[in-house]
Amino acid sequence: MGKATAGERETVLRLSGITKRFGALLANDDISLTLQRGEILGLLGENGAGKTTLMNILFGHYVADAGEIEVEGKVLPPGQPAAALAAGIGMVHQHFTLAENLTVLDNIVLGTESLWQFSSNSQKARTRIQQLAQEFGLDVNPDAIVASLSVGERQRVEILKALYREAKILVLDEPTAVLTPQESTALFETLKRFVAKGLSIIFISHKLGEILAACSRVSVLRGGRLVAERGVEGVTRSELAELMIGRGIPQTKAEVQKAGNVVLGLHGIHARHNYQVLDGITLDVRAGEILGIAGVSGNGQSLLADVVSGVAVPIAGTLALKEVIISRISPRVMVNLGVARIPEDRHAEGLISDMSITENVISESYRSAEFAQRGFISWKKARSFALKIITAYEVKCPSPEARVRLLSGGNMQKLILGRVMANDPCLVLANQPTRGLDVGAVNYVHEQLLAARTRGAAILLISEDLDELFSLSDRVAVMFRGQLSNASPRESTSIKDLGLMMAGHGFKTGEQSHAA
Amino acid sequence: MRLEPREQHSTAVMILYPALALLASMIICALLVMLSGASPLSVFGLMVKGAVGTPFAFLETLTRATPLIFTGLAAAVAFRAKLWNIGGEAQLYAGAVMTVVLGTGFLPLPQPLLIPVLMVAAMLGGALVLSIPTFLKTRFGVDEVVTTLLLNFIAILFVSMLLEGVLKDPMGLGWPQSKKIIAEAQLPKLIQGKRLHFGFIIAIAAAFALWIIDRKSTLGYEMRAVGHSPKAASFAGIPVNRVLAKTALLSGGLAGLAGMSEVTGLKGNLTLDLSPGFGYTGIVVAMLALMHPLGVIAAAIFVAAVFVGADAMSRTAGVPSYIAHVMVATSLLTMVTAIMLTRYRVRWR
Amino acid sequence: MEAIEILFTASLWAAAIRIASPLIFGTLGELICERAGVLNLGIEGIMTAGAFAGWLTVFLGGDLWLGVAVAAVVGALFGLLHGFLVVPLGLSQHVTGIGITLLATSLSYYFYRLIFPSVTSPPKIEPFQPWPIPIISDIPIIGEALFRQTPLTYLAFAAVFFVAWFLNKTPLGLAIRTVGENPSAAEAQGVDVTLVRMGAVMLGSALMGIGGSFITLSAFNSFFFEMMNGRGWICVALVVFGSWRPGKALAGALLFGAFDAYQLRLQQLAGAYVPYQVFLMLPFILSIIALIIMSRRATYPRALMVPYRKGER
Repeated sequence: MGKATAGERETVLRLSGITKRFGALLANDDISLTLQRGEILGLLGENGAGKTTLMNILFGHYVADAGEIEVEGKVLPPGQPAAALAAGIGMVHQHFTLAENLTVLDNIVLGTESLWQFSSNSQKARTRIQQLAQEFGLDVNPDAIVASLSVGERQRVEILKALYREAKILVLDEPTAVLTPQESTALFETLKRFVAKGLSIIFISHKLGEILAACSRVSVLRGGRLVAERGVEGVTRSELAELMIGRGIPQTKAEVQKAGNVVLGLHGIHARHNYQVLDGITLDVRAGEILGIAGVSGNGQSLLADVVSGVAVPIAGTLALKEVIISRISPRVMVNLGVARIPEDRHAEGLISDMSITENVISESYRSAEFAQRGFISWKKARSFALKIITAYEVKCPSPEARVRLLSGGNMQKLILGRVMANDPCLVLANQPTRGLDVGAVNYVHEQLLAARTRGAAILLISEDLDELFSLSDRVAVMFRGQLSNASPRESTSIKDLGLMMAGHGFKTGEQSHAA
Repeated sequence: MRLEPREQHSTAVMILYPALALLASMIICALLVMLSGASPLSVFGLMVKGAVGTPFAFLETLTRATPLIFTGLAAAVAFRAKLWNIGGEAQLYAGAVMTVVLGTGFLPLPQPLLIPVLMVAAMLGGALVLSIPTFLKTRFGVDEVVTTLLLNFIAILFVSMLLEGVLKDPMGLGWPQSKKIIAEAQLPKLIQGKRLHFGFIIAIAAAFALWIIDRKSTLGYEMRAVGHSPKAASFAGIPVNRVLAKTALLSGGLAGLAGMSEVTGLKGNLTLDLSPGFGYTGIVVAMLALMHPLGVIAAAIFVAAVFVGADAMSRTAGVPSYIAHVMVATSLLTMVTAIMLTRYRVRWR
Repeated sequence: MEAIEILFTASLWAAAIRIASPLIFGTLGELICERAGVLNLGIEGIMTAGAFAGWLTVFLGGDLWLGVAVAAVVGALFGLLHGFLVVPLGLSQHVTGIGITLLATSLSYYFYRLIFPSVTSPPKIEPFQPWPIPIISDIPIIGEALFRQTPLTYLAFAAVFFVAWFLNKTPLGLAIRTVGENPSAAEAQGVDVTLVRMGAVMLGSALMGIGGSFITLSAFNSFFFEMMNGRGWICVALVVFGSWRPGKALAGALLFGAFDAYQLRLQQLAGAYVPYQVFLMLPFILSIIALIIMSRRATYPRALMVPYRKGER
């Protein structure tokens, strides 16, 4: 245990004293770290610890308030992505920076030729891309439109972008968020190949298991500060976890509970919207149980959530609440029937960012007798309702009149929870409810979901986080290409099984088990 | 260069920046005036005098402001909900046509009944015209900026056709104009012998009504929500398309009222030059007022003052009266910039 | 019937191409702006300003091509203003665009009135004369229609090929397309989004200016108020109709020109039975119908009208 002896290797990257403030928030506090040639350095920290900010500074997207970056001994000019690229830094962003309506070739070539150049040499580029693809095992068609690619394939394009520019330092930000467990393992092998060819890698993640599997050294960020550096051999998960959180993680575990009657029944649901498809979904969720839906992003989960939210209308099939089939599906109908919906995108769907907290808490109930009389809203009642939620759910905000845009992600999610749980719903749809939240907020959300379950609500939990699904769900099912597997009890399923199903095993498809 | 949201909103900044904006636009116009050889100070002086210097001038300004309040409210209501209604001109003429169809003798009602009926008819006419682009937007996703604009051209041609055809005044000596409205259809003057008419009062009342709707009613809330984020509003269960339809009714209706007001309060009949661009100017008024209903009153009076003052000045000083249009355009651009600067700080890096 | 015979005359198609020419420039200009993610509603005003500036240059003794160049520069300057306000400052593209139209138009009218305080009939200049291309212009019907146009028309057609090649085959064109699809992707590849967007708006506005100058230097020979008559707005519709592609935009402009030319001739035929206003309305109605048809399958630039704030959380 202790620091790795990196003396023999040379330092390819050195960050010294990086500090960055966003208003009152100190995102990075005097961080100094180094990357040695040929190593895979893990950057571990929970959401909000400052990892992405640090990498964005490295990449030139932000300018640090203080501190310096040296690449192979040369100082890197701040705030210029072009300079970072020229210095050999390649970034694989968590949210892919790809133009979806353009081809793979276009995306990779952009910026590699001078803008004043007369004509683009696409033949040369195509050849080079194919060479790289073969060398590193990243199979992709240069002329495919990015929008038609799966998430895994898009990630390959992101990586190729960096390799095409002859990156010496590759930074991967949460790369496994969109992969099945098997694909993640394959990625770690690919990373080892990169390192063998001379690259140095920074691997950013909040998942302990992966850091331990892929990296040789790990730096831990907490609250914007670098709190530890360890070699991966000999360090334990719980030690890292404690360094990451600063305290022991309470394990939220669902107590065994007998489920009641069926609350939500979907039968043979077919739907189509925006490139996503639902191909005959049948499921039921009972009172007092959590049904977890696993799956790689893009296999129809969003559309399933949209149907249950009332946003998307199915082409065929029936949706029943408490055994009553709903004939006209709309968001308002679902709200009125007691469905609490926690959307995937809290910024764009769950809340109206430019309106106040008060205005947002009544967005589903403003027409009820509680708040409106004869077409006029009682803002006094709305305000007191907002205050009630702010207090009960510990939403940190300047006042109920503050614009929602100013709230942190965790507080936004608490606000949404407060709004939708207010009337003791019979069904809760939670779609990626803890994405991007820090551990404190994640725990809070889990507690609220479990509390609702104890009260007898039926909960449909859609999540890309397998750990979350395992700790909360009573039964688990997997979505793949618009189809849903049979739900099995949590105890009789393993992560390995789920991983295989997420890649397509056991589903009726044209080609068997073609990984997404 | 970067923009950083300001955390504090100091009142000083909120008043200073818009004032600087108006000053900047005046300086630009002063430069243009100097090119014509006249002295900017004397030109501005003549403009102020021509707008508010005498009781007659002031009343004229208010008279000119009346249709602008209506079209300004029409634009403000629509833009708040992100419905880009650039077709105020067409809706105004629709209202005027309805007024002339019903108000030239077709409905022999007494004044207290006829006036409200004409108002409603005009509002329906304007609303109908705007409902077409709105329907195309909600049903087919057609951008309403271009469709409302194109309708303006279609509407003017349509009115021209009517005035040379079915609506033609047989006593009109061949000019394309409509019959005169009957006495019961006329809006009373506010002051004996002057041009300021009851339409002004209706406009002010409309502004206050809109303010109350926006602040206190469920519809106002829905319109604001849809304007800020149609996606989130829809998710919450707000019926976005229905809200847009209601917005179109209000917006088109207000523009239609502008037409009715001009016909029954001022002109007495319908001619092709009823509106020298009130629909378009209303858009500028709404933007200057930052889409606030009560602000529209102030902005409309300001813009009217500029035009009335420039007309008067032009007769004396010989500077082209188009300086008024330039002043309004530059005020718009500087004002929008200033408002942004009250919300964001500029960082040079 | 005579109404059908008109469709086969050379003069109809020659007129169609003539009418389409300013629309081609305007549509290409707006297309470039929108592919970069910026809606430019200043087009009507910029075309007016281009028309005035070009015409004034020639009136003051300049060469016709100098007039066209001046119109382009004036267009680019207004484009610079629009670009500055909406890209780095992030102001509403709708509001700013309309403000620019008002500003450009009112400035043109102001200066015109200033220079010509009292004229009964608008002063004239000597416009572009047709340049018949030797040999091919003698082909019956097609020759007369296509190859006896003024040089600005030939320039318009050349511009279509140039813009298509520029957008699809050059690195700068790729940069423009990317900032209009996903500015973050462009920034991640080291491209300066602000500069590229502003540059695209200036280039597009220069083309708009040239389109405006066509009206005063080629189609007519003087400048008068309300000259643009909504052509700028029709170009905005044509961009959608052409799915943001230069080739399809050309087709749209030609279709529109043909329709407008046809309607003018129909007026002469049927003017006794149908009021002339109906004919004049038809091009605008056609534009709306074109929009409806194309909007159903619109693949517009994804980042159109989305402001890009660098370094914003």
